[in-house]
Amino acid sequence: MSMFDGFKFRNVSSPIHRIDPRAKFFYVCALFVAAVLFSQIIPLLILLLIQMPLVIIAGIEKEWVRSLKGSATFAVLIFLMNLFSLYLYGSYGSLAQILERSLAMTTRFIVLIESFSIFFLTTSPDLLGLALEQSGIPYELCFAFTTAVRFVPVISEEAQTITDAQKARGLELEGGNFMNRVRKYIPILIPLIVNAIRRSLELAEAMESRAWGASKKRTNLYILKMGAKDYSMITIALVILAISAYVWMFIQIPTLVQIFNL
Amino acid sequence: MIEVQDIYYTYQNGFEALKGVSLKIQKGQFIAVMGQNGAGKTTLVKHFNGLLKPTKGTVLVDGVDTRKVSIATLARKVGFVFQNPDRQLFCETVEDEIAFALKNFGYSDENIKKRVDWALNILDLVQYRKVSPFMLSGGERKRVALASVLAWDPEIIVLDEPTIGQDSQQKERLRQFIVQLNRQEKAVIIVTHDIEFVAEIKPRIVLMAQGKIIAEGEASEILTNAELANQSSLVVPEIAQIFKSLRDLGFDGNITDVYEGGKAILEKFGENR
Amino acid sequence: MAIVETKGLTYTYPIGTKPAFEDVSIEIQKGEFVILTGPSGCGKTTLCRCFNGLIPHFYNGEIKGEATVAGLRTTEHPIHELAQHVGLVFQDPENQLFSLSVEKDVGFGLENLGTAREEIRRKVDWALKITGTYELKDRAPYELSGGQQQRVAIASVLAMQPEVIVLDEPTSFLDPLGAKTIFEVISNLNKNLGITIILVEHRLDLAARYANRVIIMDKGKIVLNGDPRVVFSSDEAQTIGVGVPKVAMLFQFLKTHGVALSRVPLSSEEAAEAIREALAHD
Repeated sequence: MSMFDGFKFRNVSSPIHRIDPRAKFFYVCALFVAAVLFSQIIPLLILLLIQMPLVIIAGIEKEWVRSLKGSATFAVLIFLMNLFSLYLYGSYGSLAQILERSLAMTTRFIVLIESFSIFFLTTSPDLLGLALEQSGIPYELCFAFTTAVRFVPVISEEAQTITDAQKARGLELEGGNFMNRVRKYIPILIPLIVNAIRRSLELAEAMESRAWGASKKRTNLYILKMGAKDYSMITIALVILAISAYVWMFIQIPTLVQIFNL
Repeated sequence: MIEVQDIYYTYQNGFEALKGVSLKIQKGQFIAVMGQNGAGKTTLVKHFNGLLKPTKGTVLVDGVDTRKVSIATLARKVGFVFQNPDRQLFCETVEDEIAFALKNFGYSDENIKKRVDWALNILDLVQYRKVSPFMLSGGERKRVALASVLAWDPEIIVLDEPTIGQDSQQKERLRQFIVQLNRQEKAVIIVTHDIEFVAEIKPRIVLMAQGKIIAEGEASEILTNAELANQSSLVVPEIAQIFKSLRDLGFDGNITDVYEGGKAILEKFGENR
Repeated sequence: MAIVETKGLTYTYPIGTKPAFEDVSIEIQKGEFVILTGPSGCGKTTLCRCFNGLIPHFYNGEIKGEATVAGLRTTEHPIHELAQHVGLVFQDPENQLFSLSVEKDVGFGLENLGTAREEIRRKVDWALKITGTYELKDRAPYELSGGQQQRVAIASVLAMQPEVIVLDEPTSFLDPLGAKTIFEVISNLNKNLGITIILVEHRLDLAARYANRVIIMDKGKIVLNGDPRVVFSSDEAQTIGVGVPKVAMLFQFLKTHGVALSRVPLSSEEAAEAIREALAHD
């Protein structure tokens, strides 16, 4: 669960939080492309490190570290997978080279996870919904998205209450073989689902009662306008992309093995 | 029967819901835990069947520390009816719903049948035996939830906000039911902020505010205390308000019941004549 | 012309075997504050939903007779049009707020109508201020108390400036102070803005004093319809098992024992005054 913690929006006001989600998304894409271009560890480490200033400015150090810890299992998995496949099938020579290559792939994974993590940690779901809307996605879908997010805490609390209620009727969730354990969750799942359906019915009533569908041209109380901050982020992303492309095309990147003569 | 010894409880998010609460509940008592939302009422009663264990202090049910036994074991003694029946109903028939806990507790098929019949009877649900609980009205679902808890005849029954959404007939039925349970020496604890209901049935009141018990005593004293009402966002019941403002005429300001009040007025008329 | 009018209205749910209510004919004038009450299952919640078109458009089912709100026949106009004249506030505060900030929720209806942004801003701020929720405008609904949520729900309906606001047991989940606050907000809307209020309630002790008309339903039919003081002191109200305000019950008790108060009280203040008066005159 802690890997997901690294993606939960934290409501702090920082300059990064206020940047238009579309600009931030462009940045994430640019970083994605750059990361995929390189297989050497040095540029990938650089890509990882240049995100640090963002993390610090946004004030999300704790959560960011938590997401690192959370993705550690996957990172280790990727490292080992690369290690074994390169050892068995790769055209690399020494162990040092194989290790470096595996580390590079792991670093690439971390770069990707971390840039997405920064995006989600600093973008409030309603701004995200708004960005989706203004990017041309149909309002119904954006509404479904933000409503789902709004009800996540409600539904998780309800799941807890339901579990409590059934425990208070003698339901014991531990013990028994796998099939038994799954069956024991039925008294929790059914009320959860039934209530979710009931809730959506009530929501639909409320929506209709507030003139849902009255006009094809829906207006919005909030509007996202790209400003200087947002364009700077896009520019930074473009610069990173440009430099990465240049380096990738024209520069022979040394490996650590070569540098340290391992 | 239940002894709460100076308990503290802090939720995972850091919120300290109970700050040193002590309470004793005896057989056959009828207690209403009242107070503002967030005062700690539900947090407190969830300690009675072990759903919550205190971060400091001890809760003893019939002398046993709640930390030392499972919730299922405690549930046999302490029946808990949650506010919203839809948080527990999941079976295909009312009968199955009532039998659920009995099966969990390991009752024999024969006993299950007996207990289910009994519960259906006392809550007037016999005609719904084979009906799906989801097809019933809100009030009926509340009765099914209550039946499913009474089925195993616990000695202590906790009702969380039992009067929400109920009309006066349903409330009257509930009131009579609680009286019956008390007569059977069962302890009944309700968490409520329905002051008019409490003014009628007059339980012993435990008033909470900000994680502490700020008052404990008879309904007529506590409900009519305007200062306590302020601290706990309650409202003094209508009848009591009348007599408080007529205190200068010699009336007792602690009357909460219509008939008591009416008699007091008639007496006053009698005196004058 | 009445702002809300029904003539011989009968409605059966699609899965229902018998009508939820039958032959309901009522007339509600602009500016009235009507309390609609009755035992569970009497049809009052269903009747509510006829006022803004949820019945018949959302629920389908079989409808007979007619319902007209603000001059519009509900069967002939879509919900989104009727919703601009009749706002509906529901019982559960949580399930009628779906945005991530209070002001977005309050503006939701206006956004649906395609209102210009500056006007949405104006009306949202206005509605927030009237319901006393302006300070909450940037908060998320999840963080609010039940009472705050209901006030926001009222604001979100108010923002569309309807002539009528219908509230279906809005205080069910609230504590007494929260309930009192809601009734005061509603009463303010009625007295100062002239909005017609139809309030479905069980908690008559707190609400009775605001109404100028009470309609009692039982088993799908209208049984009593008139001045609260007359209705609450009637024998019928007692037998139906409606939560007649305790102060009115006190009046009845005294009357049957030979003490007549000058009028049926609807609040503890009125009752205290009447008793004082009666004792003084004795």
